[in-house]
Amino acid sequence: MSFTESFETVTGTKIRLMRKGTGSPLLFLHGASGASRWLPFMEKLSETHEVIVPEHPGFGASDSPEWLDNISDLAFFYLDVLDHLGLEKVNLVGTSIGGWLAAEIAIRNATKLGSLTVVAPAGIRVKGVRKGDVFMWNPEETARNLFHDQAFAEAMLAAPPPSKEGMEILLRNKLTTAKLAWEPRFLNPDLHKWLHRVSVPTLIVWGDNDKAMPVGYAPAWRDLIPNSRLEIIENCGHLPQIEKADRFVELVNGFIGEVTR
Amino acid sequence: MKFYFMHLMPYADLDLSYDEKHNSAWVTLPNTYYDPKKGHQLYNRYLDELEYADQLGFDGICVNEHHSNAYGLMPIPGVMAGALARRTKNVKIAILGRALPLLNNPLTVAEEFAMVDNITGGRLIAGMVRGIGAEYHSWGVNPAFSHERFQEAHDLILQAWTQPGPSVFEGKHYNFEYVNVWPRVYQDNPHPPIWIPSQGSSETIEWAAHPDRKYTYLQTFASVSTVARYMKMYKDVAAGYGYEAAEDQLGWSLPLYVAETDEIARREAKDHIEAFLQKFLRMPMEMLLPPGYTSVKSMVGAMSAKAGHSMKQTIDSVIEEGKFICGSPATVREKLEEYQAQIGFGHLLTLLQFGTLPAELTRKNMEIYSKEVMPYLRNVTARRVA
Repeated sequence: MSFTESFETVTGTKIRLMRKGTGSPLLFLHGASGASRWLPFMEKLSETHEVIVPEHPGFGASDSPEWLDNISDLAFFYLDVLDHLGLEKVNLVGTSIGGWLAAEIAIRNATKLGSLTVVAPAGIRVKGVRKGDVFMWNPEETARNLFHDQAFAEAMLAAPPPSKEGMEILLRNKLTTAKLAWEPRFLNPDLHKWLHRVSVPTLIVWGDNDKAMPVGYAPAWRDLIPNSRLEIIENCGHLPQIEKADRFVELVNGFIGEVTR
Repeated sequence: MKFYFMHLMPYADLDLSYDEKHNSAWVTLPNTYYDPKKGHQLYNRYLDELEYADQLGFDGICVNEHHSNAYGLMPIPGVMAGALARRTKNVKIAILGRALPLLNNPLTVAEEFAMVDNITGGRLIAGMVRGIGAEYHSWGVNPAFSHERFQEAHDLILQAWTQPGPSVFEGKHYNFEYVNVWPRVYQDNPHPPIWIPSQGSSETIEWAAHPDRKYTYLQTFASVSTVARYMKMYKDVAAGYGYEAAEDQLGWSLPLYVAETDEIARREAKDHIEAFLQKFLRMPMEMLLPPGYTSVKSMVGAMSAKAGHSMKQTIDSVIEEGKFICGSPATVREKLEEYQAQIGFGHLLTLLQFGTLPAELTRKNMEIYSKEVMPYLRNVTARRVA
């Protein structure tokens, strides 16, 4: 059975959702490149969870609402999404900007959450550890810098150029990413003050060769979130869910199984 | 028609082999390429050239704003305008800057422009731009809010110039309890002329041509066909609003080189205009067009166009397109007369120094242009108006 695709209007904003599976709910929050496609790791997670993959406002086929200015707007919107979908004990999983967003949601209100998983999240600063300038990377540099295993980069570069519609989505995703993260760069200067409010068990996942969000950030996240544990995946870049999909799924399933028993 | 001498003040001593190691003369080119001793000489040479334009009978001189690059050394153009305010007597001084969205406090521009306007007794022309994409990297300003910030900063400056202070400004990006700029602008009926330089944008034209504004739209460095298209668009938009756009509302800015003969002109200009095109203007797409700087629709267009042809610009290609006018006085007169008649611009801003063009050739260019081109065109266009 394939995933289902639907649109939901939440407090006036229409978003696109992909869903599949049964079990405890797992809400996946995508990063800068959006979530247009159903990916193998989603499929694997859906074997044990009800996987829900929205496209954030400003990304993909979702609306670009006037009200969206910053990560805080998006975090409050997702609290509305949780209410709208009537979800309880949700396992929130976010990567990169989505990991940042997941943390912003959790510090505001964690009552609907069962667990939190953040994968190479943006959002804080470790002085002296410079994030990659993704806005300056050209398409080839982007592909090469996102992955440790260059075979993934080659595959990405060998893909046919996007259609006009596909290009529009790429540009819209980039525009919203800029809105959220251009300045200060991938940072909410206040977030670190409030990460102690994350009251659910938290898994932090990082690739050891992440050129966008260096692994030097990982210990800071572990230290700032009280009930957290850090897993570093070897020989892996910024997208463990793609580059090391099996290991990633194993870690997430293991963690959720353990903390929601 | 009015004639302006425009300067970019490039770092003409740039080691042109920089591009073996760096992909741009902007944002990331290490400032160790800049030698302050040479810079001192250049700044003073360039200011001399701008002052010379006053003596040669130009109607105006134009300074420019760009940041963190070798292409133009006027990050704070008000410094140049201030220096020129006292040393020139007749010319208008156009500050083409200022890049409003880059500023956290646009009232600094309201103040700076008002000061120049007061010192010169109303010779200021107030430019307002968004800056080019690279500047959003250099200044760490979010390009996704570029349009919003431009509009709001513009409204704030206009309020500061036209409403008695103190007044309150309530915006999204800018907020003030006391807008009360001292000095008031000298040209206070209602405010100094505002020019909007642009690389070409229908949104900008719609906005500039609005009857509440009627700002002068200035097309920068573009092919003749592009200039003609955008200026027609301005006239059409004005007609749509129910008025006829005056020539005074349209300007064109371009590099120009005139010498004794076509052959001499081409030979003398070649290396310098190609340095301008290939070295000083060099930047990757990611710098030029950061997200939000232009609409997604325009970006798709730009990216498809780029995929189509990424041809290197040469002296021949830019002469061919009419982006650069080069030749004998007769050739230059003929082209400008034809373009002016066809397009109907009222302000012509010529960049008579470009790239590595040295002092003596710049002066020769200025002299021949002002003696053998300007007077002729003044007469022709005056006769046509009469």
